[in-house]
Amino acid sequence: MSKLRILVPVKRVIDYAVKPRVNSTKTAVVTAGVKHSLNPFDEISLEEAVKMRERHVKQPSKSNPKVEEIIAFSVGPTKSIETLRTAMAMGADRSIFVEVKEGEEPESLGVAKLLANIVKREKINLVLAGKQSIDSDAGSVGGMLGGLLGWGFAGQACKITFRNPNVCIIEKEVDGGTETVEGHLPMVITADLRLNEPRYASLSNIMKAKKKKVDKITAQELGVDAGRRLLTREVTEPIPRQGGGKVNDVDGMIKRLKELHAI
Amino acid sequence: MISRVGSALGRLKRPHKALTTTTFTSFRIRLLSSLAVLEQRDGKLNQNALRAITAAQQLGGPVTGIVAGGNIQGLVKEVSVIQGIQKILVVDNPAYEKGLPETFAPLLVENIKKGGYSHVFAGQTAFGKSLMPRVAALLDVSQISDITAIVNENTFVRPIYAGNVISTVESLDNIKIITVRGTAFTPAETQGGSASIESGVDPKAEFPIKWLSENLSKNDRPNLTSAERVVAGGRGLKSKLDFDRVILPLADALGAAIGASRAAVDSGYADNSLQVGQTGKVVAPQLYLCTGISGAIQHLAGMKDSKVIAAINKDADAPIFQVADVGLVGDLFEKVPELTKKLKEQEV
Repeated sequence: MSKLRILVPVKRVIDYAVKPRVNSTKTAVVTAGVKHSLNPFDEISLEEAVKMRERHVKQPSKSNPKVEEIIAFSVGPTKSIETLRTAMAMGADRSIFVEVKEGEEPESLGVAKLLANIVKREKINLVLAGKQSIDSDAGSVGGMLGGLLGWGFAGQACKITFRNPNVCIIEKEVDGGTETVEGHLPMVITADLRLNEPRYASLSNIMKAKKKKVDKITAQELGVDAGRRLLTREVTEPIPRQGGGKVNDVDGMIKRLKELHAI
Repeated sequence: MISRVGSALGRLKRPHKALTTTTFTSFRIRLLSSLAVLEQRDGKLNQNALRAITAAQQLGGPVTGIVAGGNIQGLVKEVSVIQGIQKILVVDNPAYEKGLPETFAPLLVENIKKGGYSHVFAGQTAFGKSLMPRVAALLDVSQISDITAIVNENTFVRPIYAGNVISTVESLDNIKIITVRGTAFTPAETQGGSASIESGVDPKAEFPIKWLSENLSKNDRPNLTSAERVVAGGRGLKSKLDFDRVILPLADALGAAIGASRAAVDSGYADNSLQVGQTGKVVAPQLYLCTGISGAIQHLAGMKDSKVIAAINKDADAPIFQVADVGLVGDLFEKVPELTKKLKEQEV
């Protein structure tokens, strides 16, 4: 195995700068009319895949293996196709899309099962995923996929290099610093924020992306039961904190902190 | 051991036969049995393990702890007196020392199957985040990440959207794989318990993954996630030099841990491991004193459960003032050194 076939799962989420609101029946977060974007961690994993390709083009070597194909994947409502277009404008070659009804998106386990299936169909040897989606904050798809495939898994990667086309060295963010592991491909790696700075898609690349292919497939066709095991019973907004007002000077701050028994 | 497992399985099966729903429920509550993954490194217990134990205890069933690694005999004695654990499974094998999910997950899965546990708890640490999804997938169950409260045996509360929404979820799985937000549970008492010690199953799974090295920031300050007080700096600090010059003495004066916003980390003012927020650490100290931080929602996600929040910022409209109990509008390069000096004089 000398060429990389990379799968990058991407998710359409409410834009990170938007404060989400809970609907009046407390059953879900309001998504209609709210700005959505590509999950920030997925942008980073996609950028990394594209960088791997560019590194090979610039300087082919055993530590810059050839990238044969970058496939973006998403599962979600129809509008997720926009997200796949963004991914292709950034550099993915084509996309695979599993459409589900709004509000019926599978949870991490279902997504991981769909991905495991795509991995086998497309003979993928490297999955680059985001470490978490900023809506559900579960952070579990990558780890689950590693388990389902029986592949190595390196989470929260901040640096990825190759010793040779089959051996990957991954520096991971852990509590208190970083940790470095060496794994054999095939592998699942999830991206932390500091892995890279994602590029902006240029207009010409956005235009080109419109011609790239999006294959639609259903969970049934893949033979995957992506049904939910976790049912949301209620969503609420957290109890808002009361800003306690301001003080005029440093003495006032010390006095107030003492009153609050904080010092 | 085997007969005990057999009887446990028998007990699990029995209520399915002919019981009314109500007896069924009460019967199941008595069958709860939890496994707490006791994260350790170099023979030292991770504080979040004590919090996972508290979460497991809240369910009401018996709690077993599992500890694995090399050179853990001293630790085993220590964990056997933690309150709330009835039994400790010990797997003494250096292969598990680094907690790599490829080998640690099969270890857990074998022990979960053998012990018939209904709930498995670990801290939402880098270790827990890597390990537990793999365990869940191997058992074909969902994972419930980063819970902040337990409603009942099937229902859990967890923050989503960077803590801007609180979600209550019910799990339909027969085994619940759970990670616990440390700041939401008090640590279990480390004295007064008396757990029995047993050898856990060691599947000795081999995997072609190698731990090479680590680069952990060393200092004698309190640990960020468990500190009573945290002093944090943001983009307003302007440079690493200024960050160290302004923030370190204030942290010293308060005996506080140091935190940073993502902007400060990205600009290289502070180490990655100090980042507080959705993508960094979640803290809930007695006092969170921050300066030069505007209060973006991703940052608030990591600190808004602090008991008292104090902020110094020159922008009177900064969102941080909407959550701060004590706010001071002013230039941090002037106010923070003054505050540091006065705190030192008063020796708080």
